Amino acid sequence: MSAVPILEVENVSKRFGNFVALNNVSTRFEAGKLSAIIGPNGAGKSTFFNVVSGAFPPSAGTLKFQGRDITGTAQHEFARIGIAKSFQITTVFKQLSAHENVRVAAQMRSARYQLLTPRAKLTALSDRAHELLARVGLASLHDRTAADLAHGQQRALEVAMALASEPTLLLMDEPTAGMSPEETKVMMDLIVQLAAERSVIIVEHKMKLVMGICERLLVLHHGEFLAEGTPDEIRANTEVRRVYLGQG
Amino acid sequence: MRQAFEFVRRHRVAAVIAFLMVFPLLMPYHALAINILLFGLFAVGFNLLFGYTGLLSFGHAAFLGVGSYLTGIAMVHGGWPWWAAVVLGVACAGVAGLAIGFLAIRTRGIYFSMVTLALGQIVYYAFYKAERWTGGENGLRGIQVPAVEIGGLRLDFLNPVTKYYVILAFVALALWFVSRILASPFGAVIEAVRENDRRAAACGYDVARTKLLVFVLSALICGLAGALRALHLSIVPIDSLHYLLSGQAVMMCLLGGMGTFFGPFVGAGVFLTLEDVVTVFTKHWMAVVGGVFMFFVLFFPSGIWGTLVKRMERVR
Repeated sequence: MSAVPILEVENVSKRFGNFVALNNVSTRFEAGKLSAIIGPNGAGKSTFFNVVSGAFPPSAGTLKFQGRDITGTAQHEFARIGIAKSFQITTVFKQLSAHENVRVAAQMRSARYQLLTPRAKLTALSDRAHELLARVGLASLHDRTAADLAHGQQRALEVAMALASEPTLLLMDEPTAGMSPEETKVMMDLIVQLAAERSVIIVEHKMKLVMGICERLLVLHHGEFLAEGTPDEIRANTEVRRVYLGQG
Repeated sequence: MRQAFEFVRRHRVAAVIAFLMVFPLLMPYHALAINILLFGLFAVGFNLLFGYTGLLSFGHAAFLGVGSYLTGIAMVHGGWPWWAAVVLGVACAGVAGLAIGFLAIRTRGIYFSMVTLALGQIVYYAFYKAERWTGGENGLRGIQVPAVEIGGLRLDFLNPVTKYYVILAFVALALWFVSRILASPFGAVIEAVRENDRRAAACGYDVARTKLLVFVLSALICGLAGALRALHLSIVPIDSLHYLLSGQAVMMCLLGGMGTFFGPFVGAGVFLTLEDVVTVFTKHWMAVVGGVFMFFVLFFPSGIWGTLVKRMERVR
């Protein structure tokens, strides 16, 4: 009935030795929506994130992006086909300036292996990097070395880098991890804005954070989906309350 | 002072060439100046991989040596003209870089260093054993370049001043090439890979391919240094492939400042001048150079040029 889903996960399992982190999970994400994967610690959220973002392939099962099988595709191909991500642990190019961080990410589309053109001449990329920095609220800090930025600013920088590859699907692993309440608010507002233009999937530990903004929630527990639905449905689900909310 | 410094950084290739033009006048004799030129280039090639990409190879003597030997073999056994032999030497160093790089980039950290060291040693023994072609322990002798002809101009290669400037022409070209690469979009990818390879991959860059490409470029530059060294020395000593030279490349980079454009050249200059001066007094020159090296690593970890760059940036 509806269009092709942005991402389909079919019977995906991930084992590390004898430990089953994901046990035969299936779901589909519709294009243009803001979805969240939630679950208590050790539920398999990070494994799920790593599998769907291409950090490692699933042990079994299929992954489809816009109807196309992308199981086992190399990490760098994910960005090229339109899947960008921000890591749980801030991952930026520390010794480079904020602007250069975003500029490098932005040049991927047009100038991947140009060896002899001076990059100073590619002004469109430089302008694009400034735009993206402004978008995440870092315009005034563009020449600051990434390592010298505050934690929340580094996280924002990482989002700008993810956006630089012009993704149709943005994956975020605990985007507000380690942030102050003020920073968290700014980040959540940004995520809502970004979700208006593309599909976004967040993996989040703090359920309250995503309840208000997501259209769809999936609850992971012991490597399996326990429930999925709208925030209201999830809130009303007794099973979810038992395993998740009950733990405080 | 600061403006002058900024000017030098902006026009780095022109600045380094201008300096190298007058460099022989500052040195006690030309052989040392030529040596610094060659090892400066070797260190610059090495720095591409070490300083900019963050990969510590302990086998880079292999590329210097392959460049030297193949140039020599083509001239002595094949009777090739010197320029064709240089092209062959550089190309073979590139092929060696492709083969060694292909195997080495599968590993990281200390394992990368060990794999490059081991493969470098294999190359050493292969050339050591192939006595018929390489002269084995005695080195390859009989490389003769009496004169260099460029566009009808006949330059006396036996004259050390002329020799210096002919070699400088090649070195200048290579430095320009390296500078262009570093300033290109690919140069940015190299640094991104050094800073964080997981993020670089997530940005859409093929990390393995990037590393391999830098490895080959680095080998080509080091191969050129080797090829020119064969012309300069008229022989190829087996030491050209010895891991001691790989270690010296590391020392030169650290001494001058890894990851900076001029650093490796400065390091090579200081290292070789020290060696030259100290050997007059004692044959244990390594002890003195080692002491100086330790001093810099402990108190100026950014190296001579690297520290200068940092100071200047702080002033700004």
